[in-house]
Amino acid sequence: MTTRLSARFAACAAEGRAALVTFVTAGDPDYATAEAILHALPGAGADVIELGVPFTDPMADGIPVQLAGQRALKSGQTLRRTLAMVRDFRKVDPSTPIVLMGYYNPVYVYGVEAFIADALAAGVDGLIMVDLPPEEDAELCTPALAAGLNFIRLATPTTDAARLPKVLQNTSGFVYYVSMTGITGGVIASYDAVGEAVSRIKAHTVLPVAVGFGVKTPEDAAAIARGADGVVVGSALVERVRLSLDADGKATARTVPAVTELVAALAAGVRTVKKAA
Amino acid sequence: MNAQPAPNSFRNGPDENGRFGIFGGRFVAETLMPLILDLEKAYAEAKADPAFRTELDGYLKHYVGRPSPLYFAERLTEHLRAASTTGGGAKIYFKRDELNHTGAHKVNNVTGQILLAMRMGKKRIIAETGAGQHGVATATLCARFGLQCIVYMGAVDVERQKPNVFRMKMLGAEVIPVHSGTSTLKDAMNEALRDWVTNVADTFYCIGTAAGPHPYPMMVRDFQAVIGNETKAQMHEAEGRLPDSLIASIGGGSNAIGLFHPFLDDPSVKIWGVEAAGHGVDSGQQAASLTGGKPGVLHGNRTYLLIDDDGQITDAHSISAGLDYPGIGPEHAWLHQMGRIEYISATDSEALEAFQLCSKLEGIIPALEPSHAIAKVMQLAPALPRDHLMVVNLCGRGDKDIFTVAEHLGGM
Repeated sequence: MTTRLSARFAACAAEGRAALVTFVTAGDPDYATAEAILHALPGAGADVIELGVPFTDPMADGIPVQLAGQRALKSGQTLRRTLAMVRDFRKVDPSTPIVLMGYYNPVYVYGVEAFIADALAAGVDGLIMVDLPPEEDAELCTPALAAGLNFIRLATPTTDAARLPKVLQNTSGFVYYVSMTGITGGVIASYDAVGEAVSRIKAHTVLPVAVGFGVKTPEDAAAIARGADGVVVGSALVERVRLSLDADGKATARTVPAVTELVAALAAGVRTVKKAA
Repeated sequence: MNAQPAPNSFRNGPDENGRFGIFGGRFVAETLMPLILDLEKAYAEAKADPAFRTELDGYLKHYVGRPSPLYFAERLTEHLRAASTTGGGAKIYFKRDELNHTGAHKVNNVTGQILLAMRMGKKRIIAETGAGQHGVATATLCARFGLQCIVYMGAVDVERQKPNVFRMKMLGAEVIPVHSGTSTLKDAMNEALRDWVTNVADTFYCIGTAAGPHPYPMMVRDFQAVIGNETKAQMHEAEGRLPDSLIASIGGGSNAIGLFHPFLDDPSVKIWGVEAAGHGVDSGQQAASLTGGKPGVLHGNRTYLLIDDDGQITDAHSISAGLDYPGIGPEHAWLHQMGRIEYISATDSEALEAFQLCSKLEGIIPALEPSHAIAKVMQLAPALPRDHLMVVNLCGRGDKDIFTVAEHLGGM
């Protein structure tokens, strides 16, 4: 089945380059600014958008994404409003894939069935649920896949050869390889190790493999793009949001360009690496 | 919630997926999944190894000081009998886990987990702590066995539990104040999970309560069940029969499940769990997740949580740092749903009153955590008959709380 995600990764591959996957938190620092950022991302060079669903207790996230979530919650962001933001985006951009990334509790409290229906109706393409490993597939993964949403799984350095098939089994859209054992925004220890891990995963799946956690600069992006089908950048972008705010934590005229300028630089970084189409 | 038909046994959980009914489970990031599967396997092997049990029992006896006494609280009993309008008044026993080395029940579980960590070859131990009792117990066992110890503690709790922070440091532990979120126990647990996900190779996460991803709720319960097993034998010796009721305070619920679990299939034993109602269950400033929460997913398990309509975790409040947690162990959530245990709550001011009464009548200064249970004993016991045997888990001593209490009572 062709989905927005598969079409977009195929298009990037046809251009002989990796896809740039950008993460921002919905509602950070406020609804209107976050929406403006979202709408500006594709033009700045984002191929796929991960939209963070804020949660009070983001156990796998480092400080930048934690703070982004807190800013969003403080501004009144809810899962319902995040879906509304996607719905409005879809009216003007029918092709850029959007993946919601977050933790299970807001979805569970929303109601799994209602959430899947509303996410599909809004134009969401896939889900990344940090705290739903394959062992909990019955919760959301299985019904989401059945309804036609992609379910993107995280593979990590602790996912050994014996476990990898289990992780890949119900994964669709792409595989998100976590470049390190750690939280978002950490430091990548070895690009060689990341490259080897990506090759190992690609031996088991035809899905594109995107790599994230710790990619901050155009140079990082280029280094990752050599081996991976996609490069995910998140913490560095929400840090751009934070640094653009005024003393009261409010958005300024710099907020949207601060993000889009880095996205453009990252997109250029990804494009410095040419691959066989 | 309506009680469901009783199962053949209340003691068979969890199932192979770590579920107690719909509660429990393994809601963790993929990075941690292989680690908790390893832990589950290592624990199953240790549990089946008589040498592990013998070693654990040896440390519990000679280092922790078990068995803890089952003590007839005579003056409290008399005091409450005098208040009885029916001429009744239950006979009250204290299970004195506050006499354990380090001053609380936490050490029972920590001793088990540290021996397991060493079996697994792990040299770096991390823990979260609220009141500091679990942190102190972990720091103590790490000192005893020469292991590196890092304790995450909410910055708010660091401030209100200073004596325990100092104790942990004396014992050689590194105490890391956590400033994220609400700066209390839940945030300390988030930070410990972030540490674990970062330091997967050498680190053992010693969780202090009967919550978290499977196998923790089961494992912590098993290690704490020594409380209930001893109580059963001691009551038999003292009175020749089972107690009529058990009562214990609940934050995450480890002291309570430890006392309760061996009695779950004795239907004549009435069981009360006491949550912290803070300023009152309807005040918005409370920590009673069964009484005032709903099912959700946090810290690796599905359980009752304090959450808003958007699925965000709301702030808990209790005068007791050990009960200041917006969730509860999944087995309690299930036992609540099944109707086997009745969960009630006590407010800050009720706990403070019980704290003072117990100190003055029994010469035992209880921690603020079990003071919540004593507060309910004060309400329940007078209405019960004189031959009713009631056991309250005195799970911690109150030395750590004297400054908090003094502040609330205006310096005494």
